[in-house]
Formats: sequence, C-alpha cells, structure tokens
Amino acid sequence: MSTPAIPRYAVTDVVGRTQLPTPVLGSGDADVPRPNQRIQREDVLRVVGAAAAGLAGAAWLTTQVIPVESPIGFTAVAYLLFVACFALLISFDDDRVTVVDRLVAVVIHSAAIVLLLALGLVVAFALLRGADAFTHLNFWVEDLALAGPLDPLNVGGMAHAAVGTLIMISIALLIAVPLGLLTAICLAEFPSPFTRLVRTVVEAMTALPSIICGLFILATWVLMFGHEKSGFAASMAVTIMILPIIIRSADVVLRLVPATLKEAALATGASQWRTIWHVVLPTSRSGLMTAVVLGTARGIGETSPVLLTAGYTTFFNFDPFSGPMVSLPLATFTLVKSPEAAQISRGFGAAAVLMVLVFVLFLLARLAGGKGPGLLSARGLLRARRRSGREAARFDRRAIARARGAAVQHTQGTP
Amino acid sequence: MTLRTADNGGPQPDLPRRVRVRRGPSDISFRVLTHAGGVAVLALMTLVGLFLGIRGTEAIVVAGPSFLTEQAWEPNSRRFGVAAVLFGTITIALIAIAVALPLALGTATYICEYAPVRLRRLLVGVVDLMAAIPSVVYGLWGMFWLEGQMIPVAQFISTYFGWIPILRVSQFDPNDPLASPTVFTASAFIAGLVVAMMVAPIAASIMREVFAQAPIGEREGALALGSSKWGMIRSVVYPFGLGGIVGGTMLGLGRALGETVAVYLVISPIFAINWQVLATGTNSISALIALRYGEATPFELSGLMAAGLVLFAITMVINFGAGFVMQRSRSGAAS
Repeated sequence: MSTPAIPRYAVTDVVGRTQLPTPVLGSGDADVPRPNQRIQREDVLRVVGAAAAGLAGAAWLTTQVIPVESPIGFTAVAYLLFVACFALLISFDDDRVTVVDRLVAVVIHSAAIVLLLALGLVVAFALLRGADAFTHLNFWVEDLALAGPLDPLNVGGMAHAAVGTLIMISIALLIAVPLGLLTAICLAEFPSPFTRLVRTVVEAMTALPSIICGLFILATWVLMFGHEKSGFAASMAVTIMILPIIIRSADVVLRLVPATLKEAALATGASQWRTIWHVVLPTSRSGLMTAVVLGTARGIGETSPVLLTAGYTTFFNFDPFSGPMVSLPLATFTLVKSPEAAQISRGFGAAAVLMVLVFVLFLLARLAGGKGPGLLSARGLLRARRRSGREAARFDRRAIARARGAAVQHTQGTP
Repeated sequence: MTLRTADNGGPQPDLPRRVRVRRGPSDISFRVLTHAGGVAVLALMTLVGLFLGIRGTEAIVVAGPSFLTEQAWEPNSRRFGVAAVLFGTITIALIAIAVALPLALGTATYICEYAPVRLRRLLVGVVDLMAAIPSVVYGLWGMFWLEGQMIPVAQFISTYFGWIPILRVSQFDPNDPLASPTVFTASAFIAGLVVAMMVAPIAASIMREVFAQAPIGEREGALALGSSKWGMIRSVVYPFGLGGIVGGTMLGLGRALGETVAVYLVISPIFAINWQVLATGTNSISALIALRYGEATPFELSGLMAAGLVLFAITMVINFGAGFVMQRSRSGAAS
C-alpha cells in the first residue's frame, strides 16, 4: 500500500476508526443473511434427531433410572430431553440468538399443542363416554320417569332435560335480549353521566359469580315471596347472569359503528331514531347476533344458577311456572354424582348433547357474525348492488315520468 | 338581527352558533324507551347488589371481625368465617392461573405468529369455541379422567420436591412402600388444573385478539434490523400486547375464582386451611354455596350471601383492575 492516508480495505491496524470487515474473496464464508421464515432441511433433521434422542433417552431413564410409571411422567421426561438435545444440536452450527429463537419456537409450539390436545381430550372424553347413552334412540325421546338408577340404558332418556333447557333459555332470552339491546343502545348512543353510571354498574355485574345469581333468586323469589322452585325462577337467575354479558358485548359492537355512517344518515335529514334503526342496527347486526349467541351459550351451559333455583325432576315438565324443571347441565351434574354406571353414562350423554347444542349455537354465531361492521359478504354485496341498481332505475323512471309530465303540461299549457 | 361588529371597532371573534336541537315525538319516545331499559337494568343490578350487601352484612355483623379469620362454617352456632373457603378459592385460582398463563400465552403467540395462515382461522375458531364449553364438561373430565392421571404425578412431585413446604404431603411417606396414594385425590392441585383448562381458552382468546393488532410497521422494523422471530415477538408484540396479557390473565382469574361446578365435582370439601396443595381436601366459596344452600336456615343463607359478597368483591376488583390495565395500555386504547 503506497497511500496509507486513504486505506481502502485493510484497516485493522488503525486505532479509533470504525472497523470494517475485510472481505476475503473466493472463500465461502461471506456473510449470508440468515433465512428467517422458511422451514429448512437442517431444522427438520434436528427436530427429528432430537425427538428420537429424547424418546430413547426417556425410555431408558424411566425404565432403568427413575421409576416413573405414568405416561404423563414419561412424556415430561421425553420432552425435557428433546428440548435439551435440540438446543445442543443447534448450538453446533448457530449463535446464541438463533438457539434462543429456535428453542422459544419449540416451546411455543408445544404450549399450543398441549392446550389444544387437552381441550380436544375434554371434548372427546365427554362425547365418547356419552356415546353409550346417546346411541340409544330412547335417549332422545324419553324422560327418566320410568328409569331407575339400576335400569339399563335402553330405558329412559334425557329429553325432559333438553326441553327444560330450551324453555329456560327461551324465557331468559325473551327478557334479556330486548332489555339488553335497549340498554346497549342507550349506553352507546346517548352518552351522559347517567349512562356512564349504568355502564360502570353493568361492568361490575359481569363479575358476579353465576352461583350468586342463583342464590339471589333463591333468597328472594323462592324463600321471600314463597314461590316454588321452577323453570321460571331458573330463567330469572340465568337472565341476571347473561344480561351484563349481552349488554357489554353489544355496547362494544355498537360503538364500533363508524361515525361517518351515522353523520351521513343525520345529514340526509333522518331523525336520530331513524338513524339508529336504519343505519346503526343493520350495520352492527352481525356483531349483535354474536353478542346474543355467546350470551346464550353461557346461559345454556351454566349449572350453578339452575342448581339453586330449578329443583330436580325426572319427568317432562312443560310448564315453567309450576313444579321443578331440569336442564341438561343440571341433569349431568346430578347424575354423575350417582354411583351407578348407567346413571353416570346418562350424565355423560346429557353433557354430550349440551356440548353439541353449544357447538351449533357457536357455529350460528360464526355464520352470523363473521364480518365486522360495514363489511358485507359477497352475497350481501351483490344484494346491496342489486338494490341500489333498482333504486337507480326507479329514480330514472321518475325523472322520465316527470320530464314527460312536464312536456305534456308544456304542450297543454300552450294551446 | 343587527351586526355588532361595528360597535367597538375590532372584529369580534367568531362564535359558534348555538345549536338548538328540536326532536320529533318519535325521537323523544325512542330516547325515553332506551333510557327506560337503562333504568330497568340499573335498578335490577342495584337490587341484586344491595340485597346481597344487606343480607350479607347481617351475617358479617353477627360474626364480627372473626368472619375473616374463622375457618369453621357453623352459622347456626354463630361460629363461622370465610378464612378456609377463601384460602381454598384463592389457592385453586392461583394454581389455575399459574398453569393457564403459559399455555394461553404460548397458544396465543402460536396462533398469531407461527401458525400457517390457513390454519389460523380454524384455530381462532377452536379456541373461541373452547371458551364457550360448559364448565360442567370440564368438571366431568377432571373427575373421571384427570384425577386418575394426576395421582402419580402428584406423588412424584411430593416425593422429589417435598422439601418445598407447600408441596409436601405429610400423610404420605415416600419411604413407606405401603403408603397409599389416595391422599393425593381431590386436591387443590387437581381442581386448579381443571379450572386452568377452563380459563386458558378465555385468556388465550383475549391475548390473541390483542397480539393480532400489533402494528405491522414495527414488526417489519424489528425484522429489518436483523432481529430473529423471537426477538421481534419479544420486543414488539409482547410490549404492545402487555395490556392484553394482563387483562386476559385477570379475566381468567376472575372466572377461576367464581367457578362452581367444575370445582365442586373434583374437590372433597374441608373447612380448614390446607397449605398442602397436593393433599386431599380444599374448598371454595362457590362450592360452599352449592354445598350448603339446600338445608340452610334463613340466617345460614345470610352467611352464604356474606361469603358470596366477599367473592363478588374480589372478582369485581380483579375485573376492574383488568379493565383499567387494558384501557391504559397501548393496545387497549382502540378497543
């Protein structure tokens, strides 16, 4: 180097300057950016290798060294070994950052898998154990009036509990939905100190444990006013429980309606009530449906308010105002406490039916509430387009008619 | 109208015209109707709260300050308190949250960051659906399946980690080959696991919603600076979603505290503070109510309401705390 004042590449001997890396041409060690997203072959091989090592190591450890008998213990040991081997394998090739990145990815994947598997197990367990009962046709159409605890599963069924569930939730919804939606509209559309108070109270009430709703109805309606335990009392308890849930989620949905839509409606001269009825509610219909359906799912599945207020019966009871009534979760709860295998099977069957009911409701909520406010499905868009096409045609017809009328008047007006 | 600008020389500042709203009769009646709904809900909720408060206070006044320290529950002999049931409630809820929080956080992160896009919608649906599964189903699972699976695990933990005070089970001697593992049934640990399964989807669902809102620009910025995926999650997604993490956890905690049936089916109720969470016997306030409402005298019912009032107060504080944290956080400002 004849000109040391302007070093071009090798600056390692200059103190106090930025140290530039010395490019070494021809070798394969150039800084290749670490691929961030794609799954690579090495990763797959590492996972497979570490898994094999983990399983083998766990098999040896649990049989020879530490006596762990349960499959859960084996899985835990295998998993720990797998993670350790995986970390070791990556650390052969990569730096610390990559090792941490890959390890966290493994941990996060396994947390998700554990949770989803456990939840799948919960559902599958109830369905499988219930299958003994609900594969009999009589399970769906009969009540338990003639079926004692020792009778086999081809006698008696859970239809009375299903009927009870439907009656109770219908009454509860009949009260809670109009009241809840009115209140939610009041909270979202007429902000004032009063509505702030209502919102705070409603939010506090979402914290009310469900059994306390039952306790309240038991203490007032049943014990203080002397009515008997009935389906109606249970419906009221369920109403108190789901009302804050419905109000809260409906309020959130209503507040998401874009202000521009409301302003546009008001600017065309619509009154506030027309704006809410024709703009706000249709725009948030899907969200409101979701709020109601999720509230319903909570109300259907909750045992404790019904436990305190409905009583228990093995008969069909279609009258919510007299006599005890039973719902599916309450029947499950009561039957599985019995020592008889047949009763327990019936309890599981009722739980399975209940779960299917919740699934169906949830599916309905998804179908009804898949879109945010103001977004339309393909079919809805088509419908809206067709409607506005019809309106445009109507405007055109009216304009033509008016023009024709004016022309006629004009010709008549000048004889 | 006369213009007043000329009076004192200088131009007057522009004052907004006073808007006078004249509402039509349909508007007024609609307003009245919705407010009637609001008043009705307010009245109903206040009624529940007041009734609970008044009846509960009766019992608390009779019990005196020992209401918070007494472990027994014998209201008819005026000797009752929530110490044992409250302790049980809190242990179960804490165990539940300790298990549910990592699972929920991992699942939410997986769904938002790692899952293939096509799988994502499905998983979101599955987690939300799980949050809607009736608690009695979780109770069945805990009672008939989990308990049997967990006894060896509890035995293992107490054998090897028994030197930690709360994990010791004094009735079980690991060196005695005839020691019965039945001392591990119906414990707070198992009840906590069942409740954890119940609240994890609820917490995961809230966390996922918040994580999904993390600004894409900041994510790309982190990646562009050379961060690994975990680095991006740790420095962008988690700080952004902190409100959601805390809020989701606290809402889950609220549900865990109030859970009745799943706990009732699993535990064997005792009225004593049991520090050994792996050993048989615990209790919770809602299980106490479900257990004792049937043969309760009016005064005992007041006592149950007092216990319920304590539970309600704790849950309310936690829920409001969750709401406050979520509102103050960056991610919560929009929702």
